[in-house]
Amino acid sequence: MQTTPVSLYRRAVNHLVTGLSVLAVFLVLLPLGAIFAYLVYKGIGSINWAFLTQTPKPVGEPGGGMANAIAGSCLILAIASTIGVPIGIGAGIYLSEYGRNRFGDLIRFTADVLNGVPSIVIGIVAYSLVVLSQGHFSALAGGAALAIMMIPTITRATEEMLLLVPNMVREAAYGLGVARWRTTLSITLRTATSGVITGVMLAFARVAGETAPLLFTAFGNQYWNWKVSEPTAALSLQIFTYAISPFDEWHRQAWAGALILIILIVLAVTAVRVATSRGMLKGA
Amino acid sequence: MANRALGAPQLPGPQPVANKDVVAERAGSRPLLSASSSRVADEIFRYAMLACGVCVLALVGLIIYELITKSSLSWHASGWRFFFRSEWDPVNDEFGALPFVYGTIVSSILSLVIAVPLAIGVAVFITEMSPPWLRGPLAFTTELLAAIPSVIYGLWAIFVLVPLLRLYVEPFLGRYLGWTGLFEGQPFGIGMLAAGIILAIMVVPIISSITREVMTAVPQPQREAVLALGATRWEMIRTGVLRNARAGILGGVILGLGRALGETMAVTMVIGNRPEIAKSLFAPGYTMASVIANEFSEATGNVYLSALVEVGLALFLVTIIVNIFAQLLVWSVTRGAPARGNA
Repeated sequence: MQTTPVSLYRRAVNHLVTGLSVLAVFLVLLPLGAIFAYLVYKGIGSINWAFLTQTPKPVGEPGGGMANAIAGSCLILAIASTIGVPIGIGAGIYLSEYGRNRFGDLIRFTADVLNGVPSIVIGIVAYSLVVLSQGHFSALAGGAALAIMMIPTITRATEEMLLLVPNMVREAAYGLGVARWRTTLSITLRTATSGVITGVMLAFARVAGETAPLLFTAFGNQYWNWKVSEPTAALSLQIFTYAISPFDEWHRQAWAGALILIILIVLAVTAVRVATSRGMLKGA
Repeated sequence: MANRALGAPQLPGPQPVANKDVVAERAGSRPLLSASSSRVADEIFRYAMLACGVCVLALVGLIIYELITKSSLSWHASGWRFFFRSEWDPVNDEFGALPFVYGTIVSSILSLVIAVPLAIGVAVFITEMSPPWLRGPLAFTTELLAAIPSVIYGLWAIFVLVPLLRLYVEPFLGRYLGWTGLFEGQPFGIGMLAAGIILAIMVVPIISSITREVMTAVPQPQREAVLALGATRWEMIRTGVLRNARAGILGGVILGLGRALGETMAVTMVIGNRPEIAKSLFAPGYTMASVIANEFSEATGNVYLSALVEVGLALFLVTIIVNIFAQLLVWSVTRGAPARGNA
């Protein structure tokens, strides 16, 4: 047997491909780095006390801020979570504890379908369901639209996490005579808490920056609003309006708003993680 | 209705171990939980959870119902011709969606042309070439791209990407590739090319994470076998890994297509929003999602509104079909992967 050395051509191709994939990694990381760098570079200079506490000023007047938009985003997200989280977790419990059948498969499939619906289409539906029946744009409509987007993500995550809980744990509870509903809520769900919360935070982070479904549901507002049934400003909407405007002052504020939006999302996610990880340690 | 017919499922899920008769027969002492009350509570709980599940079903039904009823006016006015006419003239109630369909398809395909090689390159590097300590951080960083809100991509594109295209990239492309007809005309910066590039950046993490998943599902012994036959690393990746994972990779690509088709904000901010069909990628265009975003809240007249909802219905149906197809492809590869073992 004679061993032939690997031909030069084959070695060259091998190195070429290695080089190309390293190049691909750089090309993908480049925009990521550029986006974060620009957010910090352009945004940080425009964040000041006025930006965080004032409402927008009319065009041409310097100053003003996005305080009402920040509050509006919080209001809309609170509504969305109030509607979306219980339904999502409930549907997840149904799928994992009772849904090992055809009907469960159907729900599982529809949840995946709902997950793929473009956000702008959800906006149309929230418009025709809530805005048309109320007669005007409202924070509630925006919250409903975002809730619809949260539900499928939470459902699938909850189901996956509950299925990871070993059956022995459930059987042990039944063996002690604990009712099934009680077992599900305080044993199974409790065991899977941290995974379920990760799923909820994933859904939350996904909708927190959504703009398209809010365009004709929450609509935006130049003033403070705390009423659920009134049009509300939202950070993402404000960024959009300012970014496509022709005014430099507004461009500056759009960058600042974007930086705040990213910071708020990261803060919310970390806060919940920290709070629950402490609770989990105690529980375990 | 369906739930009653099915009754309590007897399949793998948790099965009650304690028989209610056993609990009830405990003589003497009072049972901790009375069997009858806990059964009622169990039923209530089951129906409550079922209601949540049915909610998901109802939502999708409601979406389809609302889109169909609200778009019927436009459908009755023009039927299929709606998608083959290019006049979009709200003042005269003339509605044709062809420029939007064209813009959506061209911008999505352009984004895939850019994103697919990059995403596969990244996935190949992470799963096959990267040193183990770099694997986790790299995967995390690429996933981070998926977490940035669309409006922030748009903001960045308007102020960083578009000037870059206008000043450097488009004049260069126009000079050397202008003869193809794809890169001719005034370099505005804003236009189809900008939309395609920003979509590509947004789609890369989806495609690369699915590609990584299906490549990891290829059993390790197969790689070793190909290497033992004297293949170089690239030959091993090509014949041993990529060939086995191709259906799943295609699924990932189509999933990325689904995302690109429905993406709204970033595209709206850079595509130029003009309902025209032009061969050049430098020219401004319009997509189905952006026309809804821009015109829905100021649509006057029932036919106008109904035409926009019909665009939404078409977008909904296309993305759903694309997503289901992609899901099936990915399943065909990853299903049963753990069973095959990963030494």
